[in-house]
Amino acid sequence: MQAIAQELRNFVVNNFLFGQNEKLRNDDSFFDNGIIDSTGILELVGFLHERFGVHVEDQELIPENLDSIDRLVAYLQAKLRENGQASASVH
Amino acid sequence: MCGISGFINREGIRADAALAEAMATTLVHRGPDGIGVHIEGNVALAHARLSIIDLAGGGQPMQIDGGRLSITFNGEIFNYLELREELIKNGRRFATRSDTEVILHLYDEHGPDCVHYLNGQWAFAIWDRQRQHLFLSRDRMGVRPLYYTFTDRGFVFASEVKAMFADPEVAREIDVEALDQIFTFWCPLPSRSFFKGVRQLPPGHSAILKDGTLELRRYWKLEYEPDDHDASPKVTERATEELLNLLLDATRIRLRADVPVGAYLSGGIDSTLTTALIARIAGHRLRTFSIAFEDAEYDESSYQLEASAFLGTQHSQIRCSYDDIARVFPDVLWHAEQPVLRTAPAPLCLLSKLVRDSGFKVVVTGEGSDEIFGGYDIYKEAKIRQFWGKDLESRLRPLLLKRLYPYMKNIQSQSPEYLKRFFHVGPAELASPFFSHLPRWTVTSRLKSFFTDELAFSLKGYDATSELEAELPAGFAQWNSFIQAQYLETAYLLPGYILSSQGDRVAMANSVEGRYPFLDYRVVQFAAKLPIAMKMKVLNEKYLLKKVAEGLIPPSIIQRHKQPYRAPDGKSFFSAAADGMVEQMLSPEVTSTMGLFKPAAVSRLVQKFRSGSAIGAKDNMALVGILSTAISVDKFINRFTGRQQPCKQSHKSYAISS
Repeated sequence: MQAIAQELRNFVVNNFLFGQNEKLRNDDSFFDNGIIDSTGILELVGFLHERFGVHVEDQELIPENLDSIDRLVAYLQAKLRENGQASASVH
Repeated sequence: MCGISGFINREGIRADAALAEAMATTLVHRGPDGIGVHIEGNVALAHARLSIIDLAGGGQPMQIDGGRLSITFNGEIFNYLELREELIKNGRRFATRSDTEVILHLYDEHGPDCVHYLNGQWAFAIWDRQRQHLFLSRDRMGVRPLYYTFTDRGFVFASEVKAMFADPEVAREIDVEALDQIFTFWCPLPSRSFFKGVRQLPPGHSAILKDGTLELRRYWKLEYEPDDHDASPKVTERATEELLNLLLDATRIRLRADVPVGAYLSGGIDSTLTTALIARIAGHRLRTFSIAFEDAEYDESSYQLEASAFLGTQHSQIRCSYDDIARVFPDVLWHAEQPVLRTAPAPLCLLSKLVRDSGFKVVVTGEGSDEIFGGYDIYKEAKIRQFWGKDLESRLRPLLLKRLYPYMKNIQSQSPEYLKRFFHVGPAELASPFFSHLPRWTVTSRLKSFFTDELAFSLKGYDATSELEAELPAGFAQWNSFIQAQYLETAYLLPGYILSSQGDRVAMANSVEGRYPFLDYRVVQFAAKLPIAMKMKVLNEKYLLKKVAEGLIPPSIIQRHKQPYRAPDGKSFFSAAADGMVEQMLSPEVTSTMGLFKPAAVSRLVQKFRSGSAIGAKDNMALVGILSTAISVDKFINRFTGRQQPCKQSHKSYAISS
């Protein structure tokens, strides 16, 4: 799980913060901190699909699932479980 | 159309004619037909002329009464014939047929109040020998530019900052607060410029410089008094007729020129309507011009050709590619004199070149209509957001936002929860006087995360929005939100960006003068009094204007979904023609020396573009904004030579006859 968190964090830091990660905490809201915009959500969804094979359903496109590193990790874990994949297999 | 410049030295320092000429010479793109200098003791007025009215007699700077009054003037006074007639009735005698001389006599009669009589687009300076003062004025909407500053030697003014920089006494430094404003509103506030100490005379203002002190006075302001009591069919019909007559007259006086007048034809309602009105008035076959884009996403050719065929114009297009935008971009910044967050001015610079190469100096365009008649998506967006805000749990209301932006994939795929956040639909936002502009300003402001710690530190305590708020008219917070949105677009973005970086600068880059019937102050005042329902009827934008256009332009153009004018942004700079521009201007070394943006973050942004994953508006604005800042700093601060830099433009053009 830590590996997933790190990987998601790397993606967010590189892609949306352009390497500036000093202040980002894992429970910081992407929206409230101006990290992500409407296109950013699509980039994030694309990344989840490409990297983890996870398809985000329309009704799952909500801040509860995607708006912080912690929320992303929890959502991803649940999706991977749903898909029958063990989180440990994803690195 | 022309370029003006000049200076008033402190008492006892004689004006240097060579300096005045050097200043005017930097403006020859604005006026290639001749340079004029007038020296009077410590006063210098200079002028670069593009002759349009009274080709033989309209030379400048011009004097009357043995030099008691002298003027350097850029622009057009469209009602000069009527004013001239009145002045002659009052016993005035004219030596020329020019509008310039009309201003001088009018000033002689009315003093600073003379501007109330003018219908036009102007920036001028009159040296009044008797009163020993300089009278400066700029038109109501801010069509023509006028900058000024103070130096140890005195006061300096010009149409463009580069002319002032030809004076070695004028310091060349960027204004970090103006940079902050550009990275919030897309342009500096009306009295500011990108350069420290260089200010603009705001639209609708005059000023008097006497004994080294400048006193500004506002002679006109935008006043909205929407009469919302009656928008019945009968009243609408009457308003339609009145508006048509007003637009006909605004267009008629804008055809006054001793050279042929052409027209831009973008394929939208506004320019198609102005073209239709010209055709009706002029009665001869009109030349029209437009931009076609190689990338179909931006291209509106089919509508342009349809309009041209319908109106029987002789039409020419430039075909604009990613390469073309990259190639012309540095020249555009030399002319715009401020960073931009969009590349949209670039194709317009290519278009003015086509106009000039076709033998035209004057074009009529549809600019200003969206601001005053309620055409912009931002108005509709605010209305939908407000409607949704009244029932925050509604599942259907947010869908209207998706209908508004059918071409934006990022909006189409969002859930209502996200739309609510991105479009700032919450109780606090709904109460803000900037409700309409919060989504735009918030996204733009996030680009400031690229600012270095040093820059952020020097901006500590500065807030661009507070500066804007402090200059808003009394009672703004209580205005109807539609009117608030209109005011913010018309008083700020219009003069600061649309009429400047996308208007005067890129047209004058190729010695072409734009004329805007929708910005005739009578039309602006008429629109400001209309019931809001005549501008936006439910979600039908420019309702009244569409009524006017019925029967005059093709129905398909009235009915089409409004497409905002856009050009390809970041991607342009990774084309072959960009020729290493990004590597050169945004290298870690250059960025580091410039000291404004974090080099590592800029490098990652560039990498994101290279990998093809930078697709959003924010990334695109960041790249264009940072790159244009770097190019502007390079051209105006690091390597300023004062030399005219010719537009290196190459494009494919062809003529289409209908």
